[in-house]
Amino acid sequence: MSQRPERMHRVRLRVNGQAREGVVEARKSLADFLREDLDLTGTHLGCEHGVCGACTVWLDGAPVRSCLLLAVQADGAEVMTVEGLAPAGGLHPLQEAFWEHHGLQCGFCTPGILLSAYAFLREHPAPTEGEIREMLAGHLCRCTGYEHIVEAIRAAAEAGAGAVPPGSA
Amino acid sequence: MKPAPFAYAAPRSVEEVVALLAEHGDQAKLLAGGQSLVPMLNFRLARPEVLIDLNRVPGLDGIRLDGGLLRIGAMTRQSTLERHAEVLARCPLLPAALHFIGHPPIRHRGTVGGSLAHADPAAELPAVLACLGGEVVAQSRRGERVIPAAELFVGLMTTALQPDEVMTEVRMRLPAPGAGWAVLEVARRHGDFALVGVVALLELGGEGAIREARLALFSVGPTPVRARAAEEALAGRRPTAEEFQRAAALVEEALDPDSDLHASAEYRREVGGVLARRALTQALARIPGREAR
Repeated sequence: MSQRPERMHRVRLRVNGQAREGVVEARKSLADFLREDLDLTGTHLGCEHGVCGACTVWLDGAPVRSCLLLAVQADGAEVMTVEGLAPAGGLHPLQEAFWEHHGLQCGFCTPGILLSAYAFLREHPAPTEGEIREMLAGHLCRCTGYEHIVEAIRAAAEAGAGAVPPGSA
Repeated sequence: MKPAPFAYAAPRSVEEVVALLAEHGDQAKLLAGGQSLVPMLNFRLARPEVLIDLNRVPGLDGIRLDGGLLRIGAMTRQSTLERHAEVLARCPLLPAALHFIGHPPIRHRGTVGGSLAHADPAAELPAVLACLGGEVVAQSRRGERVIPAAELFVGLMTTALQPDEVMTEVRMRLPAPGAGWAVLEVARRHGDFALVGVVALLELGGEGAIREARLALFSVGPTPVRARAAEEALAGRRPTAEEFQRAAALVEEALDPDSDLHASAEYRREVGGVLARRALTQALARIPGREAR
């Protein structure tokens, strides 16, 4: 990137361990780049202003809102999306727990919750219900009433899901 | 819900940043953590011609304790400051205030300088700066200047920073060792914007009387509000429930909040008084030797 302000930019980054690149308008969000240019439609876009949490992905090892990050800002970065959480053809233990405990209905909010919950469980391997609910305050779900999501995350914690690397069952 | 087109530059030094600001002036916006600016771009409430990204400028982040001063690079992430061991030990009210900002994914990107420059009236960090006292350093082609906390916030989302200036450092005065503190706010959900909030510091003198009390309220006006009348009334008095109640009444009297969709002016004024009293009580309980009373 030069320091002359430009409207078009080349972006090279790693997504779920693979080198990817594209040419984007400066105004394109990372979320739209993932969905439209890289065909990774597991990342969902709800509110587009950082409130609903559906677009949460990992950037360089920490969860961020991909609707509040420009694709051009992710140049050189390491991104993980929900597609990187599951092993090929299977489910990560965190996803298993959501399945077991009915932690989703329509599933729109689920990818963002999974990526936040995974970061949360790495830092809080034995969370209290209060801590789980505070973490979930950053994610809007309009189906479940959250009860089953809380149960799923508690079960995932008991199963040690936070210690299981992405892409493993 | 997508931004209008803009040109983007990612300068690699403060010199390049100020050169771009000098060239593009108020056509340009500085992009720090983007947790407030990008929503405004997405809503097209902000339509800059040029976006100058500060995220690739080396040396704009970092945390240093320098005597009685905490020096924070303007681009330091809120989550980094929140977890800093020395800050937790010497200025625990700061991590406590940061914890109220949004959610972890917001604080991983959001910056200290960005929050202060955005100057949202419901934001925690401007009130922390107002309570602790301190200053920010601004740089432009005209040189460097220091803006004291009391002069930084001039109105609703408006600071004394000029369109050609970039904030490079935030300096906060560390509380005296043993000072009591509290950060309280009322919001609908954790991470929502505060309906009313308060940051309090309480320092006792040798005789157990109050040496200094400081109260900064937020979300009760266009800028953080220091409750000066209450602070002056408390100085020199004994820290009793009656004195705190009297101070709370003075806080309530001094506030002149607006009504909006989220809360009426009357509600904000009353809750401001209640939170001030609770914050003083909690601050007192945090002073070593006062825990049990």
